[in-house]
Amino acid sequence: MPFVNWLKRHLVVMAGILTLAYLLLPNVIVTVFSFNKPKGRFNYAWQQFSLDAWKQPCGVADMCGSLSLSLQIAVWATVGATILGTMIAFALVRYRFRARGAVNSLIFLPMAMPEVVMAASLLTLFLNMGAQLGFYTILIAHIMFCLSFVVTAVKARVMSMDPRLEEAARDLYAGPVQTFVRVTLPIAAPGIAAGALLSFALSFDDFIITNFNAGSTVTFPMFVWGSAQRGTPVQINVIGTAMFLVAVLITLFSMLVTNRRNNQKA
Amino acid sequence: MSTLTEAEAPPPLAPTAPETKPPRKRGRWTPYWLLLPGLLWLIVFFALPMIYQASTSVQTGSLEEGYKVTWHFATYWDALSEYWPQFLRSVFYAAAATVLCLLLGYPLAYLIAFRAGRWRNLIMILVIAPFFTSFLIRTLAWKTILADNGPVVHTLNSLHVLDLTNWLGWTAGDRVLATPLAVVCGLTYNFLPFMILPLYTSLERIDGRLHEAAGDLYARPWTTFRKVTFPLSMPGVVSGTLLTFIPAAGDYVNSELLGSTDTRMIGNVIQTQFLRILDYPTAAALSFILMAAILAMVTIYIRRAGTEDLV
Repeated sequence: MPFVNWLKRHLVVMAGILTLAYLLLPNVIVTVFSFNKPKGRFNYAWQQFSLDAWKQPCGVADMCGSLSLSLQIAVWATVGATILGTMIAFALVRYRFRARGAVNSLIFLPMAMPEVVMAASLLTLFLNMGAQLGFYTILIAHIMFCLSFVVTAVKARVMSMDPRLEEAARDLYAGPVQTFVRVTLPIAAPGIAAGALLSFALSFDDFIITNFNAGSTVTFPMFVWGSAQRGTPVQINVIGTAMFLVAVLITLFSMLVTNRRNNQKA
Repeated sequence: MSTLTEAEAPPPLAPTAPETKPPRKRGRWTPYWLLLPGLLWLIVFFALPMIYQASTSVQTGSLEEGYKVTWHFATYWDALSEYWPQFLRSVFYAAAATVLCLLLGYPLAYLIAFRAGRWRNLIMILVIAPFFTSFLIRTLAWKTILADNGPVVHTLNSLHVLDLTNWLGWTAGDRVLATPLAVVCGLTYNFLPFMILPLYTSLERIDGRLHEAAGDLYARPWTTFRKVTFPLSMPGVVSGTLLTFIPAAGDYVNSELLGSTDTRMIGNVIQTQFLRILDYPTAAALSFILMAAILAMVTIYIRRAGTEDLV
């Protein structure tokens, strides 16, 4: 039976493609429904093709405001978490010191903790301190949970780095600063970039921790959450589609650049 | 996994970098200066809040009169006896989603690592890019996909799958939305990338010559997978299942958007207690029980799976 044999040989590929379809199906739906003209408040059933939402992506009250707030928080959280996380990663990989194990556990724990637990405990702290909930409490929370992911990403890269490159730089009379800027940093850069990108995505998308610590401030995920109860405007799908496209384009572009650079070296 | 004995456990992966620790004379304080700001951040905004929460959980009082620490441990007992169904449900849903993620994610990770060829980068992009569309928007899309009169429900109905799932108690009547099946489907979807990426990382490290060697020793593909590939991918399986199970157990978004009051998970309870009812001691006790339960389960699991090479 040739068909059964063919199926057997390609079983993994078929199963993998089905999983990929499962992963991408919601994105297809989001894109399709961004061209819908819904009846009533909810955008769950297909009615009629329309470009209205794409023509006026900010036509919904408060949506673009929440979007820009989320972008600002994500940028600052990325900057903060990347700087603090890279410093920790270098300390952990490059130096032997006491309490290394304790530091490693402290880095690991936030990633192994359900978000709702961290969210609730942070809120308890803020309530006890009498802190004003809003932009800064959100930012503090985001830097906190992005930090561990940056440390992990940078650590992985720095660990696989050949220390002889830095020794060579020193042998050629480069000072510590020069060695760091000209040799260490460029080699660690992909790890730092990966950590930064992850921070940005995590911060921009976070709902649970933000929901607890935002007070009356509304970030984009919180706006989407609220609209799920009140009625979802089509513009949400427009933003979702645009974010997906931008992500694909940026990754494709960065891959082309790396490929070209590698080809030039070869 | 339970068959994995000490002898069969995968050998620790060889470190890719040579061990490098030239003792340095200068900069004995450098590591501490590097660590200081980040660690302070984690101590003040991660560890300290846990202590505050511990103290909150043994307080009594009211919002108007204020709370006092009275070592009222009964809150734990009351919370547990009132909300044990939600705890059990969270563990059960999270476990189901984790198993589904493993079953769905493994073939895709395998495909990317060994079979994708020049499509590898494109598939990777397609796995990661959905991350950038807000997960709430994508979860809402499942409402459309699983809609009562939609094609999915229609197909499942005409294939009599719904009869079976109704009988198992996963669905109710002619609908999938607002049932446990919808919540588990959403959880599986949301945490699938967290399974695929570590699986892919550990599969990619496997030396292709090991497969050839297995083939030379007359192992059939399935035997090769069972004896060589899968054991070597155990670090990925362990970290993937943890990265899926832990957040899924605490999640309340899927159960809120795709489920009903009958599918409430412990995350929903904590959220309601904290943000709507404002019963802080109960909420704090609940989140401590959740944390302790997860830490206990994870510890036992890591022991049994026999690997400590996690992150």
